[in-house]
Amino acid sequence: MTCMETIGQYAFRSLGYGEKLLPRTDFTLCQQFTLIGSGLIWNLYFGALALLFGFFLSNALAMAKASGNPWLRKPAEWFIFVFRGSPLFIQFFLAYSALVMLPRGGIDLFGLHIATTWLTSAWAGALIVLFLNTAAYAAEIFYGALMSVPKGDLEAAEAYGIHGWSKFRRIQWPTMLRLAWPAYTNEAIFLFHATTLVFFSGFPAFQQRGDALYYANYFADKTFNPFVPYPIVAFYFILLTFSLIGLFGFVNRRLNRHLPSNTRSKIRLRPQLIR
Amino acid sequence: MFSSCADPKTLEGLSWLLCYLTSGKHIDFYWSFLTVLTLLVVTAPAAMAFGFAGAMAARSQFLPLRLLGKVYTAMVRGVPDIVFFLFFVIALDQGIEWMKHQVVCPDWSEPIRQGLEFRVCPEAKVPSGSSAQIWHQIYGFTLAVFTFAIVFGAFAANVLYGAMGAVPRAQLETAEAYGMSHRQVFRRILVPQMWTYALPGLSNLWMILIKATPLLFLLGVKDIVYWARELGSAKTQAYAFPHPDWRLWYFLGLLVVYLCMTRVSELILARLTARLSHGQATAGGEAMRRAAQ
Repeated sequence: MTCMETIGQYAFRSLGYGEKLLPRTDFTLCQQFTLIGSGLIWNLYFGALALLFGFFLSNALAMAKASGNPWLRKPAEWFIFVFRGSPLFIQFFLAYSALVMLPRGGIDLFGLHIATTWLTSAWAGALIVLFLNTAAYAAEIFYGALMSVPKGDLEAAEAYGIHGWSKFRRIQWPTMLRLAWPAYTNEAIFLFHATTLVFFSGFPAFQQRGDALYYANYFADKTFNPFVPYPIVAFYFILLTFSLIGLFGFVNRRLNRHLPSNTRSKIRLRPQLIR
Repeated sequence: MFSSCADPKTLEGLSWLLCYLTSGKHIDFYWSFLTVLTLLVVTAPAAMAFGFAGAMAARSQFLPLRLLGKVYTAMVRGVPDIVFFLFFVIALDQGIEWMKHQVVCPDWSEPIRQGLEFRVCPEAKVPSGSSAQIWHQIYGFTLAVFTFAIVFGAFAANVLYGAMGAVPRAQLETAEAYGMSHRQVFRRILVPQMWTYALPGLSNLWMILIKATPLLFLLGVKDIVYWARELGSAKTQAYAFPHPDWRLWYFLGLLVVYLCMTRVSELILARLTARLSHGQATAGGEAMRRAAQ
């Protein structure tokens, strides 16, 4: 069997297309590369969607935490503390065992029938956990940036007669985003790394449709040789990290485009965020 | 544990709960918290040692050593840490058995990797097949600790390397002007002075280490996550204490324990930061000096 055939069979195996059975004997390098790459689709799915939704929630949370109203501030502070103070692994287990307890037949709410079974599958349940988790981490980053917006910028805005919402939208928010962006890049990278936990934490891999690490673990268990599949995962993730840095670097340049070149903030990868 | 617990089927209410929470398996569950604390206590200094060695290697004048240090510090940047956890546990196990195999059975002719199997001679098994269950557990835990130390050592090496670079150059030059050798400058000035710069990174690392402890479960150690799953799952009438699926409550308990651990660490680290900033040429030290005037 040539490598092209293998790719044809297994390239979308993680989504349920192609060959049903996973390889059992005579594992080739091509099979391992293809299947693990196929699993990477899930990592991209979880990371990209959680990041997208999390961005909006984290902005709202950061604003709530910076607000003077305790009814807004306290819930935001608690939300951030709970999700940043506890391991993501436990959060996954907790969410899964909570979602399993929902009634199987669905809930009837004011005559509306809400199905619940889909929540226990990884694509929805794990995505919700990752979304809330990244929102909490990013909210802390954005809050920190919101607090370090230069006072002079705000005074200048007032002097020009820009007040209230328009001041926030035109001065505070763009500056916050610019200041937070390098840290937010790191958060994005480690969110993608955290997606590898999903299928090790209670959420079942339906019909062996798993992520990159799930397949790597499958190969390592079957061949009893960790020296091939794990370096392949590592290779894919290094590629992913570099493309993320490139993508976020592009946005960073755009956010910094009005500044003289010596005061621009550069993105530095700080490996200090696992959950 | 209590004599009244001899027949749990007859109990009700609070006394049932008391007996339930002191059953033999629950005692094992409580001991597994000690496993987690042991992991933290052993791993933290080991990871610091690895990190210190890594940072020193990365600063070395000798090129191969410097490259080794750089690769070690860079390895955790692009790759998820769980990959390393899963990889090192098997790789270390196989490496140890392979080395023992070379020593114990030098005239073994069959290849070690036969197709899908990793087969060393029976005498080279670690721990040997006849040893008690406890030794298997201790061996597994030791491998896990070593794996944690390697991965967190790489993180610590990053932090310490950065901190060594952040010590003001003038302080080192002053030491050189006093006639200290390279070694003396390193030992007397650089290392004592770097802690204030390393502390933010190291405290972050400690938080991460606390939050990484549930991963012990993935490495096959019977830790708190294992017991929470085991005890929480639904128990039929065949068991002494039948109950429905209570995993949610067990995991909620673990969540609270972790929140307490991170909160207490935060408070302690804040005090330590204040202590170390004292009299330093940093923004934190300057703020303290102003406040004291």
